[in-house]
Amino acid sequence: MAATPLQTQTVDLAARFPSAVSVDARNGYTGWLVEKDKLLEIARSIKEELGYDLLTSVTGVDYLPEEKMEVVYHAYKTTGGPGLIFKVQVPRQDPIEIPSVTPLWPGVDFQEREIWDLLGIKFTGHPDLRRILLWEGFAGHPLRKDWKEGFYEEDAKPFKSRWPEGNYVSSEEKNPYKDNLSFPKNFDPEKWIPEGEAALYGALARYTETDEQGIKSDRIVVNMGPQHPSTHGVFRAVVTVEGETILSLKPVVGYLHRNHEKIGERNTFLLNMPYTDRLDYFNSMSNNFGYALAVEKLMNIPVAERADYIRIIMAELSRVQNHLVLVGMLLNDLGAMYTPALYIFEERELILDIFEAVSGSRMMCNYFRFGGVARDIPEDVLQKIKDLVFKRLPAKTDEMDRFLSENEVLVSRLKGIPVIDGPSAVQYSITGPVLRAAGIPYDIRRADPYGIYDRFEFDVAMRTHGDLMDNYLIRLDEIRQSIRILEQAVSKIPSGPINSQKPQYQVRVPAGEAYGRIEAPKGELGYYVISNGKPNPWRYHVRAPSFINITGLEKMCVGKKIADFIAILGVLDIVLGELDR
Amino acid sequence: MTNENLNSPGYEIPAEMSNLVAITTLDRLYNWGRRSSVWPLMFGLACCAIEMIVAQTARYDLARFGMEVMRPTPRQSDLMIVSGTVTKKMIPAIVRLYNQMPEPKYVVAMGACASGGGPFKEGYNVVAGVDKFLPVDIYIPGCPPTPQALIAGLIKLQQKIDKESIRTVRWYRKGPDSVNIPIPILGPDLIDPRRNAELRQISSGIETDKV
Repeated sequence: MAATPLQTQTVDLAARFPSAVSVDARNGYTGWLVEKDKLLEIARSIKEELGYDLLTSVTGVDYLPEEKMEVVYHAYKTTGGPGLIFKVQVPRQDPIEIPSVTPLWPGVDFQEREIWDLLGIKFTGHPDLRRILLWEGFAGHPLRKDWKEGFYEEDAKPFKSRWPEGNYVSSEEKNPYKDNLSFPKNFDPEKWIPEGEAALYGALARYTETDEQGIKSDRIVVNMGPQHPSTHGVFRAVVTVEGETILSLKPVVGYLHRNHEKIGERNTFLLNMPYTDRLDYFNSMSNNFGYALAVEKLMNIPVAERADYIRIIMAELSRVQNHLVLVGMLLNDLGAMYTPALYIFEERELILDIFEAVSGSRMMCNYFRFGGVARDIPEDVLQKIKDLVFKRLPAKTDEMDRFLSENEVLVSRLKGIPVIDGPSAVQYSITGPVLRAAGIPYDIRRADPYGIYDRFEFDVAMRTHGDLMDNYLIRLDEIRQSIRILEQAVSKIPSGPINSQKPQYQVRVPAGEAYGRIEAPKGELGYYVISNGKPNPWRYHVRAPSFINITGLEKMCVGKKIADFIAILGVLDIVLGELDR
Repeated sequence: MTNENLNSPGYEIPAEMSNLVAITTLDRLYNWGRRSSVWPLMFGLACCAIEMIVAQTARYDLARFGMEVMRPTPRQSDLMIVSGTVTKKMIPAIVRLYNQMPEPKYVVAMGACASGGGPFKEGYNVVAGVDKFLPVDIYIPGCPPTPQALIAGLIKLQQKIDKESIRTVRWYRKGPDSVNIPIPILGPDLIDPRRNAELRQISSGIETDKV
């Protein structure tokens, strides 16, 4: 197997900065270890001199046995090619402080807040370092390896109390509170004063103005969500408005934070596969794909030829239905309640039928395995896919285009309202269709091909204005390109085995790190997995496109009307399962 | 419901008036109206919400059961479908929404997470089932339940409503308020105000301090 781009070192950072950078020589690791004090200087050189302008993923790792904390940065070039990994290590003693790279890449804002929230690493120089997924006042930093939750039982699954006899234990019985709770000793709930949301409201820009008569007028702060019909789930935005114009906006997330990473670090590698389904619950196939890639990289195993084709077929079908739903929901948000969405869900059902036929489940497919897929596509299902791909979907896409794209209401709501411009989008680490609609043709399927995408003919959809209309139209372009890939894949799919490995419950994963990333329908979906040779991952981090794409939400919305905010949120295509994880 | 079902047995109605007159009990009339226009709250938490949306689309068509009018405000809704994982950060908002719903009100726990925590039960931010806070009428298994399963659950809810009597329902009873639920507080962990004394007692007895 050829070296994957991540394993190829392209620049010698250690030669450039001999005193501050060293090669990460741990077995199975790649990248560069950077001195903490020189981080900003080296990062600036990586960005400006070496051209790694897109810092996609920042995450922290707790190396408890070595008494170290590490922050890992993955930087890429928007022109394509392999990435550059650099890391900062600090001793694991509070306060743990690392300089923030927000001045260089504002897109790391939320990611650094997440690391502070979950791992307790402070970023000096960060403009607004508050907890993001949990609430102010929460005790501890849960992703630290010595932090135990209420229902803690053992460090690794399968738990010895249940396996292999299959005994049943209710977690409630083991916890003194008989619930998923843990409080400090001698905690008195009646004396607790909640921290409230003063910090959140304080982070909003303040405005008080006095007019010529000396009358003071304050701006209004509006809370949208977490229960709001157009926030696509439990997303909340706190908005300062003057009339209908947005002056300041802070997204509040974490209402669906269901501890994916903590649970993932306790699971065995294969046990995580069904959990990835529930990240972006529209695209379980794509989620599986990214995770399978990361672990295959670690295990260094090939993928069966037929499975490679099946993967592409499933990932692209999932992209088609995701974009269809986006268009339907966007129109819902714009006021065309239900009618377009009803038509679109009809097509989506047909695609879900295929998912159900191959995997047994409509939404949560759990279909990929390391080295291949779980089940073969039966011949009649393949025929169904062919009918869809060659006949129904192209016709329906054209129909949708014909009925919607020139609709006067749609055009007047979408055309000419900028979302974000290309350079800012890169700064804010935005990926996926939103970046491409802003004129930057960065698509991982072409920029850093994975799977067998290099065998197919397709164009990277790109639009140049970066307004809402382009963001809508690029979804139609991408559906058409996906159908193009599908046409080639279903025609060329070879016969043969569907997995290069024996089906097994427990996989052997050698120690090391891997970052597997795919072009998910919403942007770059990356899985950063560290194995220490044991059956469960030491660190399992998901770089979720929805989460990182909303970092620039305030920049996109300030100065626009509150109704445009709904449309912007619509084209950003967030899914809360993935955003909050 | 047909007239035969609405009519109480034992009363003879002349054939020419059978389409015009029904003799029945107040309970039956009340339940008949209620079960045929259950308006759910437009309230999605996670993955299950997508299947809830799908249940309203053409293939499954929830409108057949008088439940297609999703209200985005709790003030106009009768049914809360808790469709997804209930997190500690979200539960104060969920309880507040429930308190804002006018009676009679019902709660359906859709899917494994809402019923008991599901695959995410062990998570530090996850409430192991919405029934720790809200009185749940119907539990629907599945992860996520298919739209068919949701519809089956809602039919079960209709059957439950059919058996109710206004003399015994929770919300018309005298005595302490059994309808409004105190809103949980976000502390070092989730604080349920109903359990304050118990929490204080247990936390003074635990051996190890939390990291």
